[in-house]
Amino acid sequence: MRLPSTHCTGWWADEHWVRASADGGWWVVIDHVALLPAYLAAGTAVLVLVADLLKPVPPAVRETPRRVTVRGGVLAGVGAATGTGRALPSQSTVDAAPSDAAPSDAAPSDGSAGGRSAGPAADAGGVALFWRRLPLIVGAVGALAVAVSAAWLGLGLDGRVRTAFCGGAEAPDCSFAVDARATTLMAAFGLITLAVLALSAGVDAPPGEYAFLLVASMTGGVVLAGAADLITLIVALETLTLPLYVLVGLRRRPERAVESGQAAVTFLVVSVISTAISLLGAALVYAATGAIHFGAVRMVSNAVVDPALRPIATAGTVLLLAGLAFKVAAVPLHAWAPTTYDGAPLPVAAYLSTASKFGGVIAIGYVVTKALPAATDVTGPTLAVLAVLTMTVGNLVALRQTRMVRLLAWSSIAQAGYIVAALAVPGGLAVAFGYTVFFVLLELAAFGGIIGTRGPGADGGNLDDYAGLVRRAPARAVVIGLALAGLAGLPPGIAGLFAKVAVVRVLVDGDATWLAVVVAINAVIGLAYYVRAARILFTGPSGGRLERPSWTVAAALTLLTAAGLVAGFAPQLVFDLVVWS
Amino acid sequence: MVLLVVPAVGAVTAALVRHDLAGRIAGTVAAAVAFLATLPLPIGRGTRVDTGPALVPWHQVDVAWVPSLDLRFHLGVDGISYPLVVLTALLTLLCCGYTLWRVPDPGRGRLLVALLLIIEVGILGVFLALDLILFFVFFELVLLPMYAVIAGWGGPGRRRAARMFVLYTLLGSVLLLVGLVTVVGAAGTADLVQLTGTRLGTGTQYAAFVLLAIGFAVKSPLWPLHTWLPDAHTEAPTVGSVILAGVLLKMGTYGLLRVAVGVAPDAAQGAAPVLGGFAAAAIIVGGLVCLAQNEVKRLIAYSSVGHMGFVLLGIATLQPVGFQAALVGNVAHGLITGLLFFLAGAVKDRAHTGELAKLGGLRETAPGLSGLLGFAAVASLGLPGLAGFWGEAFAIVAALRTGGAYWNVLGVVAAFGAALAAAYLLRLLRRTTHGPASPAVLALDGPRLSAAELVAWAPLVLLIVALGLLPALVLGPGAAAVDALHGVVGR
Repeated sequence: MRLPSTHCTGWWADEHWVRASADGGWWVVIDHVALLPAYLAAGTAVLVLVADLLKPVPPAVRETPRRVTVRGGVLAGVGAATGTGRALPSQSTVDAAPSDAAPSDAAPSDGSAGGRSAGPAADAGGVALFWRRLPLIVGAVGALAVAVSAAWLGLGLDGRVRTAFCGGAEAPDCSFAVDARATTLMAAFGLITLAVLALSAGVDAPPGEYAFLLVASMTGGVVLAGAADLITLIVALETLTLPLYVLVGLRRRPERAVESGQAAVTFLVVSVISTAISLLGAALVYAATGAIHFGAVRMVSNAVVDPALRPIATAGTVLLLAGLAFKVAAVPLHAWAPTTYDGAPLPVAAYLSTASKFGGVIAIGYVVTKALPAATDVTGPTLAVLAVLTMTVGNLVALRQTRMVRLLAWSSIAQAGYIVAALAVPGGLAVAFGYTVFFVLLELAAFGGIIGTRGPGADGGNLDDYAGLVRRAPARAVVIGLALAGLAGLPPGIAGLFAKVAVVRVLVDGDATWLAVVVAINAVIGLAYYVRAARILFTGPSGGRLERPSWTVAAALTLLTAAGLVAGFAPQLVFDLVVWS
Repeated sequence: MVLLVVPAVGAVTAALVRHDLAGRIAGTVAAAVAFLATLPLPIGRGTRVDTGPALVPWHQVDVAWVPSLDLRFHLGVDGISYPLVVLTALLTLLCCGYTLWRVPDPGRGRLLVALLLIIEVGILGVFLALDLILFFVFFELVLLPMYAVIAGWGGPGRRRAARMFVLYTLLGSVLLLVGLVTVVGAAGTADLVQLTGTRLGTGTQYAAFVLLAIGFAVKSPLWPLHTWLPDAHTEAPTVGSVILAGVLLKMGTYGLLRVAVGVAPDAAQGAAPVLGGFAAAAIIVGGLVCLAQNEVKRLIAYSSVGHMGFVLLGIATLQPVGFQAALVGNVAHGLITGLLFFLAGAVKDRAHTGELAKLGGLRETAPGLSGLLGFAAVASLGLPGLAGFWGEAFAIVAALRTGGAYWNVLGVVAAFGAALAAAYLLRLLRRTTHGPASPAVLALDGPRLSAAELVAWAPLVLLIVALGLLPALVLGPGAAAVDALHGVVGR
């Protein structure tokens, strides 16, 4: 348990540390600029709460809450105070505030009819709608601010690294380090949150809590991107995930509450176990190396670790990775994903499959490349096995799915397999991030198309519900079709094609041709179900008419499609962003 | 290159135009412009210098696209690709024109035209690409539109056929991707001009060649990887079959010649006997299966397996004559099989059956149709004086010239396969054109040929005759490039 005395010049070597070290002794240096996106994210979370509290509650409602009977399984009752009216599955009636509900949900789908009949307050419609939406708006503005500040920070870095919370006498142990790539990832979290908030207009949940939890989760992601020690990493990852347990169960309509509850409990139990596993792993790594900061762990494990401690270090590494693999829903810790995605509100499922997965990829990538690059003999095979299992199981099970969201869930498990495969070879980090960016774009577009079709309050439905969609809503059908083609890695979803080429390329270059062949064969299995889902969109009898999606959903969908096309025809932009530093 | 932009624009226009007929006309005009644009390509080609690189394109475009993947937007045309480029543009134009006249169920002809044009973009891109990754991008571009054509406008068993097609060919193309990436990773460049002639390590060459050969063999298709083909051809609409057989299969043989042989010549030499063996087997198997077929489109589809066997045999000999045979064979097969599928589609549309047993006496009721069918069949069996002869004859000559007992046997086997082709095609003619007229043939809808059909088929008939009399039409432009490629292999 010793720290090396050699002076390290690595990615953390920073003027702040050098200047402070002249004083000698113990110090903590905080570069507040580096923390700006994190401050903004956390501040947004607070503001969202304040905005929700400011919401004027109509006095009449506060005095006489009425009992509204639920009929026909359709209920648009809304709690007077935020969240208090959450329906329990056993109840057939809930406290409701009709005048609040009346102008509220601009949900394009079903559901708002019940609310409209319940209350007359059409005069204050616009104002009430504004107040109801205010938390979502504040959250969206905050998410945008995070993205902008991260971009500004990244442009100002100029190749340097900004650090914060540095300590230690001998080694530059910083808990937070921002390089150009980290700012890109921070901006990505901001943009994902922004997109999900845009898709959430009219979601079946109290907007105050909903926006707060989402923004809190984003904060975790932003901190994660800058994490530079194992503890910060795990805490940030938990901050990212913790709000999601609640979000998954956050529904007001009773007919779906059982599913949501089941989903939330499944998610929580598996997540707690996996967090325990990764904490145990981190503890063992600490026991073997005596360090938790990435830089220190790296130097120690580079130096000769006491041979007696090697098994501990190995076990720690494997456990750490296994625990983190939960977040990307890698097999064997994948079983939560389909239940959770299908039970959660659609925008939350979109967030889970993108931001949460992104977080897992970042965590694994940081651990593998920044903390334990010397342990590639352990991490490489571990991740390769995880990758093969994940993509194969994900694809094979996806073949049999008949529900849209479950199909996407299993397919996203398979996609995580490709990403983990890239992480298993040296130099794969940039490609893994690049692939994740492409995947996030396509997955958000797919979910956006589904939300635009079904409405944010509904579930994903069966594949057959999408039959002949192209005749009812050609634009949305084409977007979903493009996204599915992209996920399959085929033109016209050309962004996915480049992602696939990049992964195969890095695997072959990393002398893992066998893994490249496994990826390739899995791509064929994957196509079987993507093409089945896409065919349904374009053939079959056409059902009834669809309502128009709200303008935010439409705008988000348009921007996502545009971004997907740009990324497809100029993939170099994405590769430049993630390879930046 | 204008060549790719025009069909792409045409596809978008055809898809967006509200009016069906207007969309189809817009698409056809785009196809016509693209075809006309291919014609002046040989003008301004330079003469090859013997000391120069092995691959000298006549014209090229070279722009960086995705540096981190070594992907450049590098297109160019030379003697090997030029005949195929013209063939692609011509067949697409004819198919679009045919669609003007007749839209297969369930209508929406402008979408069909748009998909055909996208497929044209992909195929032309494959033939023009001088960058391996770009080659792959275009290779994949064809897949989903072709799936949509089969699944959208095909026959009763279209779903299964389309799924088979798309999964099988994707399996081929992902192995191709791994092979291409192996080459690119080892060489550090994806540029075909630089790669043709550089010698990679032997191990890399073999690994790459095996992967590439399997990938292209699925597409070609080479026996025993051909099982997707009969279903896809049988179920596809007429224009789909024409494109599929006429030019899509050529992507495989072209790729084998240009990429696999060009980039991994040593491995090609090592694997040539195996490839030749498979090719000869394909010729025989294709012939035998054809003898037992009872459905006219299926028979033509299996005949493709045999004919592509000849092309692959020509490539496998690694002789200049063999390469020439492959070139001529490719083009000739595209013309002849394109015509055969047009005719088979016309027969099926009129008689509402493709069963050989239910067709018969076509000569009595529809002399024009049966006459053309006879012409195409005779061309397909390789009658001297028509286009089909040169490819097959040259392939056999090349096999015999390679020498050695093994190649002599292959040559004899291939010759026997040519005889089989004569047998099954004459059987086809006997069953359909001769004999007493069957009820289905007597009830033919409109036995006369329409003007649109004549316009669509006349160029094919003329070119089959022209190529039969003057094989130099294809051999001339290709000669220099073929010699250069042979130089790479022989070095």
